[in-house]
Amino acid sequence: MKTIALSWRYLWSHPLSATLNVLLLSLGLASITFLLLVSAQLSAAFEKDLAGIDAVVGAKGSPMQLILCGVFQIDTPTGNIPLKAVADLRKHPLVQSVIPISLGDNLRGFRIVGTSTDYLRHYHATLADGREWDAPMQVVLGSAVARKLGLQIGMTFAGSHGLGGGGHVHGDSLYTVVGILSPGGTVLDRLILTDTASVWKVHEDYTAVNAEDRQALEATREVTLALVQYRTPLAAMSFPRYINTSTAMQAAAPALEISRLLSMLGIGVDVLRAFAFVLLLSAGLGVFIALWNAVRERRADIAVFRMLGAPPSRIVALLLGEALWLGIVSSVLGVLAAQGLTLLIAKMLQLDNSLLIAGPAWPPELLWIPLLSCGVAVGAAALPSLGAYRVSVLELLQSR
Amino acid sequence: MIQSRQLSYSYPGQTPLRFPDLQAPQGALILLSGPSGCGKSSWLAMVAALMPPGSGTLCVAGEELTQLRGATCDAWRARTIGFLPQKLHLSAALRVQENLAMAQWAAGQPEDTARILVTLEQLGVADLAKRYPRQLSGGQAQRVALARAVLLQPKVILADEPTASLDDAAAGASVKLLLDTASASGATLVIATHDSRIASLISRSTRASDCISLQLA
Repeated sequence: MKTIALSWRYLWSHPLSATLNVLLLSLGLASITFLLLVSAQLSAAFEKDLAGIDAVVGAKGSPMQLILCGVFQIDTPTGNIPLKAVADLRKHPLVQSVIPISLGDNLRGFRIVGTSTDYLRHYHATLADGREWDAPMQVVLGSAVARKLGLQIGMTFAGSHGLGGGGHVHGDSLYTVVGILSPGGTVLDRLILTDTASVWKVHEDYTAVNAEDRQALEATREVTLALVQYRTPLAAMSFPRYINTSTAMQAAAPALEISRLLSMLGIGVDVLRAFAFVLLLSAGLGVFIALWNAVRERRADIAVFRMLGAPPSRIVALLLGEALWLGIVSSVLGVLAAQGLTLLIAKMLQLDNSLLIAGPAWPPELLWIPLLSCGVAVGAAALPSLGAYRVSVLELLQSR
Repeated sequence: MIQSRQLSYSYPGQTPLRFPDLQAPQGALILLSGPSGCGKSSWLAMVAALMPPGSGTLCVAGEELTQLRGATCDAWRARTIGFLPQKLHLSAALRVQENLAMAQWAAGQPEDTARILVTLEQLGVADLAKRYPRQLSGGQAQRVALARAVLLQPKVILADEPTASLDDAAAGASVKLLLDTASASGATLVIATHDSRIASLISRSTRASDCISLQLA
């Protein structure tokens, strides 16, 4: 009989204690895997959305709110900025490109974003179907939006006011779907994109009482914020200061704000991680106790194997094999449980709409889990194995 | 074959145990007896190469045991010694057939199911191959344990108190089984016991003439 198969048999010869140990170890591993998955997915999502955006310019307020709103489309805007200010930004010598973002309406919780087609270029978005907009009131849907809302090319809809569901429905101004993006794993997946002019049109149609009023409104057109790309990295030194001191707007650097955010989250993650390690440690102790008892209970068996001519190394291999099985089974269960938990939490918090945490993911860091698991199990088995090495054969065989 | 001369063993802080010289040819029957504490266990442990002889010489099945060390001891024991423990010690987690397979595993040999079934057949317990030890009667369990001891065709069979806690009829059957099994394979049989019934059982058997009595004091 092969040692590996034999250690499997021995592991399950005490089904209850084996099951409890597997559960204990899986639980510890699941918590660590869960933390690992969430932080890996969050930072991957952040990284993708941040790529190439050097500054976000918007109304004065919290810089982090501006970033969360402008780049990740998860917070509310700080206010609006005049269209003229955006035009001035474009002319600034340190600025390479400017993407305007206008917010204000939504369709069943998905933001309708007025912007330029540069926004699509920026994230290298490709169309799965249809074409880009070439006139106001035409929209291109992010892949998640199209999937969740079941919208197709040619369909029309009216947006509602505000960024969450349940606002006033702009019933007179209908958007027409002209294109659907392929999934890119970026913020675009969950947006409804249209021309900046659409947002103006909807609100001017809604608020203007007559032609004169409309003209007045047109003169004060605004956007919500602008995503800025610098011409040179040196701009990071002077550009934000220039905006913050000599205009009525503020400039926020995404890299700075996100590292601030992550360091704030980091404390929480560290606490959770400490808990997970305590859990894992107690699981390791559980495995240790189980194997220690297994060796004690099985001292006679071990003595017989020695009597039958098994060298101590083969006995130790048997016990370590048992620990390895425990580690392997637990890491498989632990990882599956963590993936399930991530999925569940993503669904419960509706984070899958924001795509920050979506479905099962397999980041390469996950490879540490089986290593950790087997490490804990084998570590716990080391001392009992030593005991097996020292078993006094004949004494045991004759003991009553 | 077991030969010993001037064999002794001393545990720290105790008077050394001295063993009578022995000259037993291959296939002999040796009755090892004496009161408890006389060194039966030590003698068995030395013959099974579980511990090295203290002083003197001990030669078992052509191997000078004073020379053997470490893993060579284990390999030699696997090839040469079949052991029938008093408590049988069948592994409760494994079926009868797997218990026998353990002997092959312990010796580092590939599993040979045919050989296991033949051995069980020879001991009349082939139909119990799929049972667990707890499903066996005392006599059946002893047959299975003996099957495990002789599976690898050892040159020496060591039986430790094979009749303890058996009634007269069962003790008779047990001794007959041991004698027959050893004779069939030509193995040297050592029975370690303080049970006086065994001596009388042997004296009434066909092996009475070639029985060597090793009396320890």
